Amino acid sequence: MDTATDISIENAHDVERIHDILSQVPDPEIPVLSVVDLGIVRDVRVKGGCVEVDVTPTYSGCPATDVIAHDIETALTKGGYSNATVNRVLSPPWTTDLISSGGRDKLKAYGIAPPVGGRSVTALFGDDPEVPCPRCESKDTELVSPFGSTPCKAHYKCRSCAEPFDYFKCL
Amino acid sequence: MKDSDKKQGKSVVNDDVLTYCLRLGDNAMVTSQRLSEWVRNSPTIELDIAFANIALDHVGQARMLYSYAGELEGKGRDEDSMAFLRDEREFGNVLLAELPNGDFAKSVLRLFFYSAWVLPLYEGLNQSNDERLAAIAGKAVLEVRYQLKHSAEWVVRLGDGTEESHKRISDALIELWQFVGELFEADEVENRLADAGIGVDPTSLKGAWDNTINDVFARANLTRPDDDWHLTGGRSGQHTEHMGYLLAEMQVLQRTYPGCEW
Ligand SMILES: [Zn+2]
Repeated sequence: MDTATDISIENAHDVERIHDILSQVPDPEIPVLSVVDLGIVRDVRVKGGCVEVDVTPTYSGCPATDVIAHDIETALTKGGYSNATVNRVLSPPWTTDLISSGGRDKLKAYGIAPPVGGRSVTALFGDDPEVPCPRCESKDTELVSPFGSTPCKAHYKCRSCAEPFDYFKCL
Repeated sequence: MKDSDKKQGKSVVNDDVLTYCLRLGDNAMVTSQRLSEWVRNSPTIELDIAFANIALDHVGQARMLYSYAGELEGKGRDEDSMAFLRDEREFGNVLLAELPNGDFAKSVLRLFFYSAWVLPLYEGLNQSNDERLAAIAGKAVLEVRYQLKHSAEWVVRLGDGTEESHKRISDALIELWQFVGELFEADEVENRLADAGIGVDPTSLKGAWDNTINDVFARANLTRPDDDWHLTGGRSGQHTEHMGYLLAEMQVLQRTYPGCEW
């Protein structure tokens, strides 16, 4: 019984350290966000000397998925966890609701408007969400294109300060 | 039930799920291939990027479905073998997916028809008894919903646009309509899987599809042609004359340099 408790305390310490390491692993496409900010780290398990990290992809075709797995393994190896494996889990699917509030602030500071509101609306037609300009806060903005430079972004323009900007679209 | 019967029953289900996964994967893969032909050819850079992004979603869905198919088959074939080393008669995609792009109006209308069909399909599949299929579909639903919105907006913009844009999308409608009936056909495989709570009965998708089409057509000033006849054959590998050319281009690299990676 005592031994079991010891192991779980030790594991809890490892899990916390691993979490810290993962908080420093940037998303390759939006490096201002870590994989933890993005909300794609599902679970961290430590068994024996082995570390398992469950990661969920943002989009089915996200080309960064393999790179992210590699970056996580590399960071963990550097942090002293050389026996790490990254599993891909699909369910439940990732949505933009999983981006942390810290992550949202970082996006905005980086010039990308964070996702507005909850999950994507199911209605085919309807008003687009009001997306405030990440530079001047003006709500007088317009959608230029629902698809942007990466699968997760849409392209907007601010009518007040005339700057174009990326919007992290709701999914 | 005797043990041997049970075993046989299980392997029929396994074969059916394999066939089904390949069909779903082929639909996604072929759709992706056609969309990616628009890259650097679209009317504007925004539309170029849109088609490229949508193509990427479909290729991601195809990869997951092909990988699962490879595991079910258990003969060591991976996602690349499924996409690049099978022959035309082994592809089970619907004919609509393989048709040449034509002009922008035709491609947008095809994407709209396809998204309006595959969205309720994936929504249904998200409830599948097969956990893996349910997970793949659950992911795809969110992506396809966004694509449906994009293509529906363009159908309205073109249909309710200039004389020229209305003519183009009306011509595309006449050309494509003969291929939509196939979407709602079911064969034995799909009937068995629907009964087992694994697959979705294609005939059950017609109501949702009709509602979407009618709503958008009303806004786009487009009139639905009659549902009097349609072409079919994709599920059983009998494709249009366009499929061979599509595969030749899609598969040339792996056929020429088998196993090549970069
Ligand atoms: Zn502004």
